[in-house]
Parts: sequence; C-alpha cells; structure tokens
Amino acid sequence: MKFYGLAAAAACSIAGSLIAGPAMAQTLAPSETLDAVKARGHIECGVHLGLPGFSFANDKGEWSGLDVDYCKSLAAAVLGDATKVKYTPTSVQQRWPVLQSKQVDLLARNTTITFSRNATLGVNFQGINFYEGQTFVVRTKAKVTAVKDLADATVCVAAGSTEEKTAADWFRERNLKITIINFQKNDDAISAYDQGRCDAYTAGLGALAGQRIKFKNPAEHQILTEVISNDPQGPTTRWGDERWQLVVRWVLNAQIAAEALGVTSKNVDEMKAKSTNSEVRRLLGVEGKFGEMMGLSNDWAYNLIKQVGNYGESYERTVGMGSALKLKRGSNELWTKGGLLFTPPFQ
Amino acid sequence: MKSPWLQTLRQRLFATPVDAAITLVCLYVVWRLSVPLLHWLVFDATWNGTSRDACKGDGACWVFVRVRFSQFMYGQYPIPERWRVDIAGALLVATAGLLSWRGLPHRRGLAIASVTVLPLAGLWLLYGGLGLRIVETREWGGLMLTLVLTIYAGLIAVPLGILLALGRRSRLPLIRFASVVFIEFWRGVPIITVIFLASLLLPLIMPSGFDVDRLARAVLGLAFVIAAYMAEAVRGGLQALPEGQTEAAQALGLGYWRIQRRIVLPQALRIALPAMTNEFIALFKNTTLVLIVSLFDLLGIAQAALADPAWVGMNMEAYVFAGAIYWFACFAMSQWSRRREKRLQAAYGR
Amino acid sequence: MLTFLRDRKVRDILWQAAATLVTVAVIWFFVRNASENMVKAGIASGFKFLWRDSGIEVPFNLTGYRPSDNILALLWTGIVNTLLVSAAAIVVATAIGFTVGLLRLSRNWLLSSLAGFYIEFVRNIPLLFFILFWYFGVLAALPTPRDSADFLGVIFLNRRGLSIPTPDDVTGLRLALAAIVVLVAVQFGLARWAARRQARTGRDFPVWPVGLVLCGVLPILALVAGGMTTAWDVPTLRGFNYRGGFVLVPEFVALFAALSTYTAGFIAEVVRGGILSVRQGQIDAARALGLTEGRIVRLVVIPQAMPVIIPPITSQYLNLIKNSSLGAAIAYPEIVAVFMGSALVSTGQSIEIIAITLAIYLALSLAVSVFMNWYNARHKLVTR
Repeated sequence: MKFYGLAAAAACSIAGSLIAGPAMAQTLAPSETLDAVKARGHIECGVHLGLPGFSFANDKGEWSGLDVDYCKSLAAAVLGDATKVKYTPTSVQQRWPVLQSKQVDLLARNTTITFSRNATLGVNFQGINFYEGQTFVVRTKAKVTAVKDLADATVCVAAGSTEEKTAADWFRERNLKITIINFQKNDDAISAYDQGRCDAYTAGLGALAGQRIKFKNPAEHQILTEVISNDPQGPTTRWGDERWQLVVRWVLNAQIAAEALGVTSKNVDEMKAKSTNSEVRRLLGVEGKFGEMMGLSNDWAYNLIKQVGNYGESYERTVGMGSALKLKRGSNELWTKGGLLFTPPFQ
Repeated sequence: MKSPWLQTLRQRLFATPVDAAITLVCLYVVWRLSVPLLHWLVFDATWNGTSRDACKGDGACWVFVRVRFSQFMYGQYPIPERWRVDIAGALLVATAGLLSWRGLPHRRGLAIASVTVLPLAGLWLLYGGLGLRIVETREWGGLMLTLVLTIYAGLIAVPLGILLALGRRSRLPLIRFASVVFIEFWRGVPIITVIFLASLLLPLIMPSGFDVDRLARAVLGLAFVIAAYMAEAVRGGLQALPEGQTEAAQALGLGYWRIQRRIVLPQALRIALPAMTNEFIALFKNTTLVLIVSLFDLLGIAQAALADPAWVGMNMEAYVFAGAIYWFACFAMSQWSRRREKRLQAAYGR
Repeated sequence: MLTFLRDRKVRDILWQAAATLVTVAVIWFFVRNASENMVKAGIASGFKFLWRDSGIEVPFNLTGYRPSDNILALLWTGIVNTLLVSAAAIVVATAIGFTVGLLRLSRNWLLSSLAGFYIEFVRNIPLLFFILFWYFGVLAALPTPRDSADFLGVIFLNRRGLSIPTPDDVTGLRLALAAIVVLVAVQFGLARWAARRQARTGRDFPVWPVGLVLCGVLPILALVAGGMTTAWDVPTLRGFNYRGGFVLVPEFVALFAALSTYTAGFIAEVVRGGILSVRQGQIDAARALGLTEGRIVRLVVIPQAMPVIIPPITSQYLNLIKNSSLGAAIAYPEIVAVFMGSALVSTGQSIEIIAITLAIYLALSLAVSVFMNWYNARHKLVTR
C-alpha cells in the first residue's frame, strides 16, 4: 500500500511539473532579493557613514539626503511604504564586502561608477542619480584660485576612493608634485585637514558642499569651482538576480521620468485621475500593468512619487536651494533643460 | 618639630641633598602640569547650558558632554525602551555585588546559575522578543555596546580558553598540536585585523543566506583572540600546580574530566585569576577597535558626536570624558586583581 | 561488545581522529562556501593582483616606492614602515620602561609615586586614545609651514612633519657607516677580552668609557667627515611646503610617541617585578663587597632580574608590533593602512589580502619570539 501511495505521489508531481513548467516560464523569473525584501518587510540600504545632503543621520538617528531619498523611493515602490528602510552606514572599505556578502540589498552611497569596479568586484551600477565632479577645498588665506596652484601642496583624502587616484593622476599628468595623505574614513581626512595637516581636502563638489559644515570655521575655507573629473554616482547592486536589478534601475528611472512628465507629490493624485498622457498613465499604473511585469504592485511609481516625490523635489529638498548645501542643478538637470539626466521611455 | 609625621616626610622626601633636589624638581613639574590642566578641566570650564554658545571661556565645554550624555551611554537605542538597558545594567551590578559577598550561602551554585541564566536574560532584555519590542543591534551604541562586547566576548573566551589550556597540556599529540596552533595563531595577529576578518570575511565564508549579526561577528572575533590569551593565563595556573595532585587523583581511579573539574581547575583557576583579570581588562580596552567596522562603541559614538556640525571641535572634551570612563573601569578591575594576587601570595606562602 | 573502548590507546586514537575530522570538516566547509560565494558573486580571485600597478600614493616610504610600482612593492613599503615604527618604539619604550620601573622603586616617595601614577595612567586607557591624542595634540602644537621652526636653517619642523636634508651622494656616508660597523665590532671584541681578563686576573678595564668613545664620539666624527664630503639636498620652502630632503611625517611621530609611552607603562611594571624578585641578600652582599650603587644595579640586580624580565618583555614587544597596526587610524602608511586599507579597496580581493596580512604578522611574531628565546637562553644565569 505504502509503495502505491509513493508511486502515485511521484507520478502526480512529475505530471504537475510538466504542466506547471511552461506555465512557470510565462511568470516572473525568480528573484531572491525581492522575495527576501518582501518577506522581511524592509529594505536594507547601504549608505555613507555621514555625508550631509546625501546620507546623514541626525542626533535622533533619522536619516535624510538624496541617496536616502532613493532608498525611500525604492521602499515605497516595493513595499508601498517609504519608511520601511533600514540603513547600514558603510565606510569606503566596507562598502564592497557588505554588498557582496548580501548584508545589504543595494548601495546608495556616493559611489563613483568605474570600469574596474564593474569588472572585478561583482557589482553592477543601475543608473546615475548624481553627476559629481571632483574639486578641492582650501583655506581662503592660501589664495588659491585654480587647481594647478596646488602644486607642492599636501592633500588629505579618503583611502581607496576614486578621488585619491584622480587627484594623483591629474597632477602627475601635468608634471606637478603633490603629497597625498590617505585616511581610512572621510571624516578622519576632514578633521586632519581642519587641524592643518593638509593644505587641501579633495572630494566631489556636492560632497564638499555638505562636508563644509564639518569644519570648525566654514567661513575660513573656500571650495574651488574648477572641476577635475566626472564622477557619475548611482545605486549599486550585486551581480545576479536580474529582476532585482531591474527594479532598482526603474525606480530611479521613475523618479526622473516623473519630473520630466511634470508629476509631483502634490499633483500625483490629480494626474492619476485626469492625465491623458499615455506615458503618465503607464507610469502611474492606470494603463499597462508595468508594476506586475517586475513583480511589484501596479501603483509602485504612484507610491514613490506620492510619498517621496520626483527627482527634482528630492534634489531641491536635500542638496538644492531648499537645503543647506544650495547646489545648483547643473549637470543634474533634465536633458531638456541643459542637464544630463534622462530616462528611457516608459513604453 | 618632632612630630613623627614630619619625620617620615623628611625621611621619604629630603633624606639627602640629592633627594631634596629631586623632590623639588618633581614638585615643580607637578605644579606646572596640573595647574593649567585643572584650569581647563574645572575652573575655566563651562558646565551649564544647552548649546555651544554657552561655552565662552577658555576651559572645557562640558555642556557638550551633558547634551550628548544619553547618547554616550545608550547610542541610538530607542528612548522609550532605554529602561531595559537600565534594568540589565542594574542586574549586572546587583549580581556582581551579591556574588562578591563572601558569606553568601550557596555562593558557588548561584555563581554558576547567574553565569548561565543572566547572559540570556540580558540578551532578551536588550534585543527583545517574547513580548518586548525588538531593538536591533545596529541601534545599540555607547557605553552599553562597549559593555555588551566585553561581557559576551568574555563569556565565550573564558570557557574556550580553559579548554584550550587543557588541550595544550593534553597527553594526545594531535589535540595538543591543534590547541597550540589555535592559541599561537590568534595571539600572533593584531586584533584590528581579526575584527576586519570577522566583519568582512565571515559573511563570505558562510553559506549564502546565513547571516551573522554584525555585533555578533565582532563579539566572536574578540572572543577568539582573548580566548587564546586566557588560555595562556590558565596554563600559568595549571603549571603552578604540583604534578602530585593529578597523580594522586589518578591513583584514586578518577577519570580525566573528573580530575580536571574537581581537583585541577578549582585550584588552577584561583591562581590564574589575576592574570585572567588582566586579559579581561585588555579585552575591555580593545573593544574600542570595533569603531573601524562602524560599530559605535563609547569611543565610536564620541567620534560620531564630533562629526555633528553643531559641536565641531570638541575633540578634547569627548576624548577626556570617554577616556575617564575607561580609566576608572580598568583601574578598578586592576586594583581588584592586585588585591586578589596579594591574598593568594599570602595563602600560598610565597 | 564495546569493551575495546575501555582500552586507553583506542580511546586516545578515537578522540584524536574525531578532533581531526571535525577540524578538517569545518575548514573544508568554509573554503567551499567561500569559493562558491565568490564565483556566484563574480568577485575576482587569485594572487595575480599583487603584480598589478598599485596607483596608490604613499607619502612616507624608505623603499623608493612609486605609485607606478606594483602592489607587491606597496606591501613591502607597508612592511618596512611597520618595522621602522616598531623598532624605534621598542628601543624608546624599553628605555622609558626601565627608567620608570627603577624610579618606581626609588626611596624618594614623590618620585616613586609619580612613576606609579604614570604606570597606572598609561595602563588603564585604550591605546587608540593615546594615538588620537598624540596625533591631534602634535598637529595642534606645531606651526604652519610658513612659520616653521628651523634649526640652523637646514632642518624644519611644521605641521607637515620634520624636514631634514638628505645627501645627494652617499659614498662618503657609506665609508663612515663602514667605519662605525668596524668600531662597534672592535668594542664588542674589547668587551669580551676585558671580561675574560677580569675573570682570569681580576683586573678591571674601563670598558664603558672606552665604549663611549668608540661607539659614540668616533662615529659622530665619521658621520660629520662623511657629510662634509657630499652636497646635501636641503629642504626649501616652495609654494605650500618644504620640498627636498626627507620628511618625517607627523603620523610617524604620533604613532611612535603613543606606542613608546604606552608600552613603557607595561615594561615598567615588568621591570619592577623582575627587580623585586632579586633577593635582598644579594644586594646586601654586593654592598658588603664595596660595590657602588650603580654597579650593584648593573652587575648584580639587572643580570639576575633579566631571566624574570625577558619572557614578559617579549610579549610586550610582540604586542607593540601588533599594536602598530593602529597607525591605520591616523593614516600612518603601515601594513594595515596601505594593504588591508588602500589595496583592499582598490582590488576588492578581501580574502587574499587578509590572509597575506595575517601571515605577515604571524611571521613577524614568530621571528621576534625566536630571537628573544635565543637571547634569553644565552643570557640565562648559570646557577651553581
């Protein structure tokens, strides 16, 4: 009797898998990360240790910033609630192992996209949410106007950052000599510069605008306007799990598309109800079931716009004119307005 | 003039002209060092206020420490749940106090019970679950995290260290070899690399999906290193025991574990206790190294507070305050261990 | 049925077999997981990265390293820097430690309590505090490059470090160094000869004053003579900083000062314990023979205290070498900072890099232990 039971069960399961096989192929590819996120009910976001404007925790432990806003948008899209994010602050050294060993679902921490990182670290970059350009901060009384005036200077920098290599290359190419002091953390480099160990500290224009408030006397320092590099930065994921990569990429695209299409957190309800623009309708889930294709609900983009806002709103609030950093849009403006931001169509 | 007090003073400080000169130079040095220090620490310091603007004088700005005090103690532990940390701390102090009372009935049994039950109770109180709201370890910080690291690493290190010490003196060559390799490996590498190893490598060598908590990883890393040092401390105690003790027990027909538990270890541990306390102090001091893997222990939270734009430049205040806590804790432990050593020397008639 | 288990030999073998099996299984488990995880994650592996260009700047190096060299050269620079700061700190920590340890036993109450205060202060604070304190303390105390303190117009001290001139041509100095080596060898030979003669005839020879001339005065003269014959690259203020010569960076000074003052506290305790272990009778006997106080300490107390002192002092030296890794916190380019820091971030090969770092420290520890054991065995008192 037992044997027949087993045989029957085996037959059933074989038949079942034969029927289900083709059916499965039409449904979604499995996504380990997305399933894990849904099961645990929050997103694990790897952020910077503390960079005002991008990811910074106040003394109550509340995070804010452009990168943090991205994490919140992702949570709103995936889980329907922008508050369902937990942040893991990572140093320059920790970021890759933390991502590789699945302690975080993604990194959103001012990390420059480079070839060798992409090729050897097992990470993929899912788009650009900030075009950064490297420059220097110097003491005003040093009377430096251009980067080349820094010849023979001592520069403090975070070890292993792209800034370290870019600065070294820039001066070497021009046959100028500088001394670079590598610190393990950005904050260590900043306080050493502030204490007078170095003549300059180098980082991105946006990062410096935020880090400037960490100096004892911000007024005594001046950020050079000359930029020596192009450092695009954006959310970063592991290799593998393409569907999760898809979600991460298109959440960023949705932030940008919303701004391009004029959808804001204030008018999103109205747009959803009344808009006749078919791209807006597809973005907001009125038409086309785009959410389902990724394994999300169809109001994924509606949620993120409603709860966090489009890219422009987020920019103004965190690093733009509405913030302490007062950064102009510059390259981070939409391509239609002279910037570099664009998104593939929601079609 | 002939008071004995003055005479002692003369003998101890002004016995010869050279002595007198030395004393005067020392006094001058002490005077030159302590006056500005006291001015900065106490007389010129600002004690009251709520913000940086209150600090006008040249002295220390203790307002900073006052405003940030609860963060130095609890880190980002949620405020409504902080009573749990207080209870855990109170439990710790009460048990330690009770157990140090020598006249306590069933002292040994109670000690064993508290060592096994209390850590679990503490974990439940701090982490939560079973009716308490869960507070994740990433929100822990400050002095509380330092203590958690020290105590839990110590709880793993002591038994492991004892086993390793026994293993190193084992009759079986392979066990001896394994113990020696383990001990010498962890003793030979810097703790900073071990913490790195634990935090970066452990997730890579575990099966995927099996995640070890960040704090637990640091505890494990610290525990392994300290266990190796503990093993050497225990070995010192084991070596001090006369061989005859074990031989006599063997002659009575007792088994290996029984001999160790009943005869060897109770005596050896008593001898090794001061050395073990010193290793424990070293562990307490070494917990500061976890800040390189972004865990915010007392020193880490002090540094994080310094990054707050509102309080930039308060380095000295933060380090002096945190350093003083470390100093008092370590000093108390080392005094205790020294007293214990003296008593031991008296008991063994050395 | 299981009577063979009662046999001690069988049981021993079974115990050991089980232990081996468990160890091997655990290691195999980790290795398999690591390789599986790395392949899945697309992380590069292997040791080829060591020959890649490093591109990392090291501001303080004695190896002539340049960013265009490979990562192996970077590692070597880190090792040299670790050895440099450790060696310097070991010498100074031993000197301070012996002094403080002896002062602790001084008859002068104030002096001995000051020494005690120093010991208790240093031993009960984490080393990291010392390093940060020295670093930021040193930085704050030093002048900016423009207001550098200068000595004789050739040595300059400022927040960028201590700039000292370097010789353009080293042949003269090489000759001087060779002369110094010969002088030291002569001094050693002399000391042995004197000791043997004293043992044979009881006649005393002024080894120390002669040694002072041979190893102190003459080498300085040789160096000065060597220095006069070559041109020097003297640091000059160009733009922001002094260029030319050799710069001793503040990171080195801070780490060196922190390591030596911290370890000295521990060494002082060891020395005190060692000296207390010498029986009072020995000292009384030496006094009765009419030896001076200095000679009692040097010839009677220290030689007998040494066997007690050396083993714990060895572990202090080992601790110091391992503690030099904390230099990473203040950007001193030692092994952990350049290799486990910069190189790890730029290559991402954490497993290989951590393994190499651990192996280097283990080798260093082993070398120091072996040397100190040899030294201890040589200097062991022959008890008669």
